[in-house]
Amino acid sequence: MKFLHLIWCNLKRKKLRTSLTLLSIVVAFILFGFLSAIQQALVGGVALAGADRLIVREKVSIINLLPVSYEARMDRIPGVDFATHQTWFGGIYQDPKNFFMQNPVEPEKFLKIHPEIILPPDQEQTWLTTRTGAIVGRRTAERFQWKIGDQVPIRSTIWSLPDGNRTWTFDIVGIYDGKDKGTDTTPLFFRYDYFDEARQYAKGQVGWYTIRIKDPTQAAEVAKRVDAEFENSPSETKTEPEGAFIQAWASQIGNIVFMVAAILSAVFFTILLVTGNTMAQAVRERTGELGVLKAIGFTNGQVLALVLAESCLLTVLGGAMGLGLACAITPVLARNLAGLLPLFYFPAHDLLIGAGLSLALGLVTGIFPALQAMRLRVADALRRM
Amino acid sequence: MSEDKAGPGPLVRVEGVEKVFHRGSEDIHILANLNLQVPAGEFLALMGPSGSGKTTLLNLIGGLDRPTKGSVTVAGERLDQLSDRALAAWRARHIGFVFQLYNLMPVLTAERNVELPLLLTHLSKAERKKHVETALAVVGLSHRAGHYPRTLSGGEQQRVGIARGIVTDPTLLLCDEPTGDLDRKAGDEILNLLQSLNREHNKTIVMVTHDPHASARASRTVYLNKGQLTNEPEK
Repeated sequence: MKFLHLIWCNLKRKKLRTSLTLLSIVVAFILFGFLSAIQQALVGGVALAGADRLIVREKVSIINLLPVSYEARMDRIPGVDFATHQTWFGGIYQDPKNFFMQNPVEPEKFLKIHPEIILPPDQEQTWLTTRTGAIVGRRTAERFQWKIGDQVPIRSTIWSLPDGNRTWTFDIVGIYDGKDKGTDTTPLFFRYDYFDEARQYAKGQVGWYTIRIKDPTQAAEVAKRVDAEFENSPSETKTEPEGAFIQAWASQIGNIVFMVAAILSAVFFTILLVTGNTMAQAVRERTGELGVLKAIGFTNGQVLALVLAESCLLTVLGGAMGLGLACAITPVLARNLAGLLPLFYFPAHDLLIGAGLSLALGLVTGIFPALQAMRLRVADALRRM
Repeated sequence: MSEDKAGPGPLVRVEGVEKVFHRGSEDIHILANLNLQVPAGEFLALMGPSGSGKTTLLNLIGGLDRPTKGSVTVAGERLDQLSDRALAAWRARHIGFVFQLYNLMPVLTAERNVELPLLLTHLSKAERKKHVETALAVVGLSHRAGHYPRTLSGGEQQRVGIARGIVTDPTLLLCDEPTGDLDRKAGDEILNLLQSLNREHNKTIVMVTHDPHASARASRTVYLNKGQLTNEPEK
């Protein structure tokens, strides 16, 4: 710690150069934070997917519906605990930009198969007895300032009521929370029995099934059995673990992880050159001073450590500022992207990776100038004052 | 300030030293079979023309360089036999350097510059502060402690350099042209200070200079010419 003042003063030597380098590091780490949040939003659900859940969709496309009668047949397949279904409603609340998901579900089975959804028991009871009842996640409820007892009109882009009207009105009977931070609390769920009775067409059809299996290690075998059950039927199925389903959904955009890694690699390589150049210049400019330090008794190792510490201080400072700003800004962005990217947040483990990265950046950029400083011969260095 | 830390015999003993620099395929002989003894408490002036090897000899005595041949013993330690790490630790303990161009850190205040050698000791912050105050008081610069080198005159900067050189109470103070960059008045002040350190604090000083006015302040003067020491200047 007693050398900190010396290291800090050396960093302040060329204020403009240090500031610009620091700024570039800050920007790089803000970008790191944003890209981490985007990656989390797009593929974060994979990690949270239930290992004991399979998704069954129509084999050709998820937009093709499946018969509701499949549910009872699925329940009888060995290895299946029970099945339930959801259907894409595609509704708009007031304005298309207010996007969030709304699906009709079977309340009891839905809550049983999704233990990550936390709904107070009294609200659950009300939902079970209210045909037009709907539960909504905390984020959407807060976003639109909905409260229990509100009637919410949602216009479906797909489904009409018998009179041809597409605006459905739901009674908010419950507001649920997520068990984990990563649980999506933006969707609204309402009762399938009400939906099926009230919709104008496609009665008895559902969007996809979610199956809970008895033994997660048997997921592949159970999936095969499900698909075999409906082979050669008018609606053949494709069954896969929930994680793979989410991954495939995200992959429609592209290989998110690869894209994020590629962008960050380019950014950090550039920062590596910028910071490395700053440190190399800093050492070259004060060769004589390093000679003085050695003359008064600093060992080669201490000189190496001083230069490395200076480099690390610069990158860790920039990293901390960048990561801090990313932490501060992502919640603001998340509020605006709540419907499109409900899981948009900067994960804690990426924050730790960022902190480690800032330190590694300092070590890599500092090591060559530090070795150069370490190898300086005192008598030669003193001649360069 | 403490008394001499060396045992019996001369504090500095240079025996049969040769120093050869290699420049390309050419060997440049700077010092040849050179012998020198400096008793503890002496103020020795080392004179000679440019390129005669004065600074090279000073560097050998200060453990900044190693002889090609021969031995350098200071305060009982054979410097040519120490590892780089041991030599650095030895310098921190025994040597104070004063340079012609002061060689202060421009980013540090006078007191922080003086404190630098103390960072290598186990002294607490309060103890370091006390030592720094004492050293600055000895050179008469207590009132300029918080000033940066760029705000000090050349003479003041050199006094800060001397304070840095003596703050650890070294066995030997090595001065390389300490008045070479100063006007006569400032130079005299520095020489007065060195003389006072030698006489009142019994500091052993080896000073390289080409200025007869400076060497006159020393208790002994030796001349270096063509790699050899003499007691008389070259005619």
